[in-house]
This record gives sequence, structure tokens and C-alpha cells, in this order.
Amino acid sequence: MAEKTATPNRGYGRWTPFWFLAPAVLTLLLIGIYPTIFALVTSFRRYNITRPRDGFPFIGFENYLNVLSDSTFWSSLLLTARFYVTVLPVQIALGLAIALLLHKPGMGLLKSLARVTLVVPLATTYAVVGLIGRLIFNRDFGVANQFLNWFGFPGFDWLGSPSGAFAAIAIMDIWQWTPFCALIFLAGLSMVPGEIEEAARLETSSRLSLLRYVQLPYLLPGLTAVMILRSADVLKLFDMVFVMTRGGPGSATDLVSVYIQRVGFRIFDLGTASAQAILLLILTIIISRLYIRVLYREVN
Amino acid sequence: MRISSGNVLHAIGLCVVIAFSLFPFFWMVAASFKTQTDILASPPLWFFMPTLQNYQDIFADSKVIGAVGNSLIVATSTTALAVLLGAPAAYALARFEFRGKGDLWFWFISNRMISPIVLALPVYMLAMQLRLLDTHLVLILIYLTFNLPIVVWICTDQFKSIPPELEQAARLDGADQFTIFRKIYLPLGAPGIAVSAIFSFIFSWNELLYALVLTRKNVQTAPVVATSFMSGYELPWGKIMATGTVIVLPVTIFALIVSRHMVRGLTMGATK
Repeated sequence: MAEKTATPNRGYGRWTPFWFLAPAVLTLLLIGIYPTIFALVTSFRRYNITRPRDGFPFIGFENYLNVLSDSTFWSSLLLTARFYVTVLPVQIALGLAIALLLHKPGMGLLKSLARVTLVVPLATTYAVVGLIGRLIFNRDFGVANQFLNWFGFPGFDWLGSPSGAFAAIAIMDIWQWTPFCALIFLAGLSMVPGEIEEAARLETSSRLSLLRYVQLPYLLPGLTAVMILRSADVLKLFDMVFVMTRGGPGSATDLVSVYIQRVGFRIFDLGTASAQAILLLILTIIISRLYIRVLYREVN
Repeated sequence: MRISSGNVLHAIGLCVVIAFSLFPFFWMVAASFKTQTDILASPPLWFFMPTLQNYQDIFADSKVIGAVGNSLIVATSTTALAVLLGAPAAYALARFEFRGKGDLWFWFISNRMISPIVLALPVYMLAMQLRLLDTHLVLILIYLTFNLPIVVWICTDQFKSIPPELEQAARLDGADQFTIFRKIYLPLGAPGIAVSAIFSFIFSWNELLYALVLTRKNVQTAPVVATSFMSGYELPWGKIMATGTVIVLPVTIFALIVSRHMVRGLTMGATK
């Protein structure tokens, strides 16, 4: 892409970029940064709306100390990590398989159809994914148990048991985000120069060595993108889980965003919830720095 | 066409992919045409007498109609605002050189990563103090935190692909920067602007957490109302699934329109 635009003789005033940028930047500062600062301030206060008589005194790092020594917070982070390592390998494997099917020559019409249908899970409202999950994994009339019965397994109470509920939200997440991986890998596969792939196909009949030596290098950038973006998404994951399980049963599906929402808006301990949110923000900033470092280096 | 076992396997594989992608969606739509008795049947019914009763129920329910209206108002307004604010910024990022450009760019992008719960808490408190809870305005503004970056990103990309010679020629003719933006970049960049607007609409339409926290009775959006049916003893499954279908259908159509750009929209250009 032609990038060098009349840099020496710019032909525009020094303040011109400012006028174009100011509206967007000021808006984002106002609605993004200002609330963040507000959350930071709140995180140093005792701030429980259900007890307004206590006032909202500054208590220093007490909220942070409480959060960091709160085993529930750590276990929700740990659970989020477990969720990530459960769904990601499946999404990568299935996504790669789908991408290879879509990349393979032939079957033009069916292939286009499959490619288009991949968009459906991605566009489905996350809350509605949760509603569908409630229907599919219902103990009495859910179709998941019917599938199990067809294969000779007994059905069980998915959403009523800790491991079942965890599996159910994992399956819905895998449904929704596998297409994302598939489309990214497909883009990677189509970057392989045609002649090289043709030559390799003549050279070897093994699909595996084709994948390993020819296609893999083109898949790696997409793989990194998937790993980093999905980690941020899992930290954000709220809608589907909230609708399906509200974090339960017990704390079996209490992912970090769901947990913080409960502390803030069910228990109304906004001081503690703000401290948790700030810690989550710090974690996210580290991840997004990593993301930018790794992924945008070639672009700029 | 030559029929070989490889071809057959390929075709079967593709059919499995299609079934995988569509099944939950199909199951929801099917349930939306079932009577409560059919939905509660165990084992689940695959063949049944379809009924329109659920749709009649939800279209007679002012709560659902109102919620869809609220979703439309919020998603359309925030999208319009995002384009209005974002397109000029994208132009500046695409064509101007200035100090701090890289940092600004990264700041826009990193907004995609932040969990809504981080902002939902303070925005709730601020909105309460400013008496903005349960208004369209608060949702329209807070949705800009993810829509604006999307618009900026996609439009920057689009504007960069417009030949700079056009701009130089216009400048020689004495056009000022704003005229150049309006007369050259807006029309030529229209496809990119449209794609970014559709993404912004989809993301706003689908959002639940902010809407759940920041609205009460008056401006509940469609996902909030659909979720609110999920309480009580005997759930109105048909009605829930009909509402779900009504929510998902418009965004699915939009998503199919921009399906070629789906990955770009979701990764903000991390992959080509």
C-alpha cells in the first residue's frame, strides 16, 4: 500500500490533524478514561450502596488487600484460566479442520455455503446463545441428552451439576467461536502462494507434511492472534454465562466478569468490585500490550 | 465431475460444518414454532405441527415491542455517532503525520480488549449521580467505547487505500482539508464506512452487560427483556425462543452482508 504521503511539503496546517481527531479522542476520554479514574478512586473507598449511612470513607489499599486475599476472586480467575485452556485447543483443532476443508479444491457451491454459515454463530447475540444453551442442555427436554441417549449414554442434569454446567458453557463457547478460528486459519491458508502449494502437493501425498512444512508458517500469525484475542474475550465473557448459569451451580461457572458483576450489582459492594475491576483492567492492559507488540509489529 | 471417495468425504465434511454452524440457531427457530407442550416433550420432538402463537404473543406484548424499539434507537444512534466522530479521526490517522500517532492508534485498538465490567461499575455510579440511569443516552454513549474504535480502524484502512494523488490535485485547486475530506474521502470511502457501521450496529444490538446494569423499566433493550423471561417457575419457552429469533434475525442478515469482512471486524485487522 502506498504510504508516503507528501511528508516534506505537507500542505496542511500544524493543527489540522488535531481538528479531525479531537471529537473522537475527547469523546473516548470522557466516556472511557473518566469512568476508569472514577473506578480507581472508588477502589480506595468503602463504598457499599446498601449501607449509605456509613458514608464512603477512603480506606487506602484495604479493598485491594481484601481482594488479593479473597480466595473466591482467585478461584474465579483460575476458573477463567481453566475455561480458556479447555475451549481454546478444541476451537483451534476444529477451526483448523474446518479451514482445511474449506481450503481444499473442489465442491465450490457447498464450500461457499459452509463458509457463509460460519458467520451465523459469530453474529448470534451472546445473550441469546445463553438462552439456546438453557434449552439445549435442559435436564428433562434438552436435545443434548437426546444425543447422549442415541449414543447409548444416559442423560444427566447438565446445568444442575458443577462439571456439567462448566461443560455446557464450554460447548456453547466452542460453538460460537470455532468459526472465528476457522475463518482466521482459512485466511492464513489462502496466503500460501498457489505454485508452492501445487508443487508440494505433487511432491508429497501426505496431507500432514503439507500442513507441517508448507502451510504451518502461514498459519502461525493467525494462531497467535487467536490465542491472544480469545484470552481477552474469555476475561470479558459475561452475557452467555450469565444467562445460562449465573455463575452456578455454586461457583462452578463463576468466570471473572460474572463474579465481579455479582459483587458490584448483587452485593452492591462497589468499592471491592471496583478494586477487582481495576485488577482485571491491569491484566487486560498487559495482554493487549502483548497483542499490539506481537501482532501489529509488521503492520507499522 | 469425477466422483471419488475423497470427494464424498469432503462433501460429508462440509455438510457436517454446515450442520454444526446452524444447529443451535435451527433449534431455537424450531422451538419458536412449537407449542409449550411440544417444547416440554421428552425426548425432544423433531417433527411437530408448527404454530405462530408464540410470535402473536410477543408482538402483542408491549414489553417486547418496546424493547426492540429501544434496541433500534440505541444501536442506530450510537452507530451514527460513531461514524460521525470516527470517520474524521480515521482520515487523520490515514493521511496525516503527527507526533504520538502510534500511541493514539494503539489506544483506540486496545479499547476492544477491555471487559465491559470494568466500565460498567463506574458508569453506573456516574449515571446514578447525573440521573442518567435508564435513559437511551447513557447506552448510546457507553457503546461508543467499542464502536468508535471499530469505525476508526476499518475506516483508516479504507481511507489509506484511496490514492493520495486525488487529494494533492484537489489541494492544488485550492480545496481546504475539510472539503477534501467531505468531497473525496467520504464518497470514496463509503464502502468501508458502511461496513464499519454494520459492525457497530451488530455489536450494539448484541450487547447485554451494560444494558442490564444501566437500564430499568423504560429503556430495556431486546437482549435484557429476553433474559428477563428466564425467571419464574414455568418458563414461557416458546415466547423466549420467538424473542430470541426476532433479536438474532436482523443481525444475522447484517452479518451475512459483511461476512467477507467478519474476521477483520472481529480482530481489528490483526490478521490480513
